[in-house]
Amino acid sequence: MLAFSVFGATPVDFLTFVIAAAIVLAGAFGVVFSRNPVHSALSLVMTLFGVAVLFVEQHADFLAAVQVIVYAGAIVVLFLFVIMLLGVDREENVDVEPLGPVQRWAGLLIPLVGLFLLLFLAGVRDWATGTPSARGAASGSAAGGAPNVDLLGRSLFTGFLLPFEVTAVLLVIAVVGAVVLARRPPRAEQAEMLAEQRALDEQLAKERDAELVAEHLEGRS
Amino acid sequence: MSLGGEWYLILAAILFTIGAFGLLVRRNILVMFMCVELMLNAVNLSFVTFARMLNDIGGQVVVFFVLVVAAAEVVVGLGIIVAIFRRRAGATADDLHILKG
Repeated sequence: MLAFSVFGATPVDFLTFVIAAAIVLAGAFGVVFSRNPVHSALSLVMTLFGVAVLFVEQHADFLAAVQVIVYAGAIVVLFLFVIMLLGVDREENVDVEPLGPVQRWAGLLIPLVGLFLLLFLAGVRDWATGTPSARGAASGSAAGGAPNVDLLGRSLFTGFLLPFEVTAVLLVIAVVGAVVLARRPPRAEQAEMLAEQRALDEQLAKERDAELVAEHLEGRS
Repeated sequence: MSLGGEWYLILAAILFTIGAFGLLVRRNILVMFMCVELMLNAVNLSFVTFARMLNDIGGQVVVFFVLVVAAAEVVVGLGIIVAIFRRRAGATADDLHILKG
């Protein structure tokens, strides 16, 4: 055990936080300022990994794993799929966007005002009070050494069972919506193209049949 | 002994601000969508922080649900983006201010 502490934490914890925070912020700036959407997506992966490290640091082990698997594994891959599918992975000039100077400064100002309000709230030290609900403690040591997954699962399947079931319905709706949106609508143009293609196919098939018949007859004679 | 929760909350606030800034400034719909993901992650981080500060697993359960909703949102949102791009290639958010096919 190290004798000294940095801001009430062990040096290892402090260093982990600082490095993870740097990774998170670098990734976030990368998302916003990359000209290439693919670079934005990869920066997003960086941010998500940093947030997963911060989750581990706060004893949310299960959520850290889910963060990497679902976010970095599924969602970002989906983003990359769409980028590649649409072919929008070319560079984009960020400077000549049709944003007026007023809009640009307003876009900077409004989030900054929000940031200062949030920091002001965070500066009020004792605002995160309130009694814990009876769902159980978050950290293992306070709950008799039970692991995080255990606690989370127990809470999810007892107190939050109905929301959990509603989640399943939500996912089904999302799947149906995605299929409906991604379905190519039948259009006159497409029908025409299909008909042409079919006629061509038929013609080719006829020619091939004729050739086969000719070969057959040739072999017989 | 972990670092105090305020540090995490401040980081979450900064992350949320960057996401909001990107959402307002960028015109590429996909990048705007990624900025929404950044903001969701900032909120997730603050939820986990509060779960630790208040010693209540409820915050982590909420993050679980946010993850599910984010996954559903991405699926539907990317479906909409694909549908838009099929009609007009290279569309930006500004080109879509008239909601008309």
